[in-house]
Amino acid sequence: MFQALADATRRDILARVLHEGQSVSALARLYPMSFAAVQKHVAVLASAGLVTKERRGREQVVHGDVAALRRAGGVLTELEGLWRHRVRGIDDIIRGDSDASAGRAP
Amino acid sequence: MPVLDVHRDEEALTVALTAEFEAPPVRVWQVFADPRQLERWWGPPDWPATFDEHDFRVGGRATYYMTGPDGTRAHGWWQFTAIDEPRSLEFDDGFADQQGTPVPEPQPTHAVVTFAADGDRTRMTVRSAFTSLDALHQQARMGMEDGLRLAAGQIDAILKEQP
Repeated sequence: MFQALADATRRDILARVLHEGQSVSALARLYPMSFAAVQKHVAVLASAGLVTKERRGREQVVHGDVAALRRAGGVLTELEGLWRHRVRGIDDIIRGDSDASAGRAP
Repeated sequence: MPVLDVHRDEEALTVALTAEFEAPPVRVWQVFADPRQLERWWGPPDWPATFDEHDFRVGGRATYYMTGPDGTRAHGWWQFTAIDEPRSLEFDDGFADQQGTPVPEPQPTHAVVTFAADGDRTRMTVRSAFTSLDALHQQARMGMEDGLRLAAGQIDAILKEQP
């Protein structure tokens, strides 16, 4: 995943195909590199699970996988969720003090 | 709800959170300073933590393990890098292998926690960030697995480009 996104051309390809599928040959016209080089970039994105390829006649059409990309962005969401859980735990402990001092059951 | 505000910075791989508790800072400080209280809230759901070392001074380490529902133990460590009782606290927070030896993956995070009095209450802020963005990018270039870290900023940018 990292390796797939570490290259500017691949990020650009991914951004284009998220909206709408594009053929490899249409993509190849956008970059100053050979068809084979673009095809290779697409293959790297595909093996990272970020795009899928679909054969349509003589063309290969590339589609972006928005869900896969969102999952990759999830690490901060996970960290946030963990800290929200911790804050609830701290709050329970603090509230337990006042319950105890007031002679009520926690 | 005690959580007042959360901010995620995808570029800096940082989560900042503000919470308020119904007790003064000297009390809230104890949930970090006292390992018996700390282990009541540190672990994720269903993974209670047990701290077997808690050397609460600058440069000191804490080591702990979390016990999963099936009895699996996951080990971790803290290293305290700043302590200003009862105002602020900073520590690195990483994972360890079954022998308790720190491992580089998953990446450690660095937490900065502040406690400010607000009447009888405490406003606590936590800023938790991945410690080495360079290391994350390095992993990216090396094509290491577990890719879920680096590209948060890039991913965000790509998603924003979507019409």
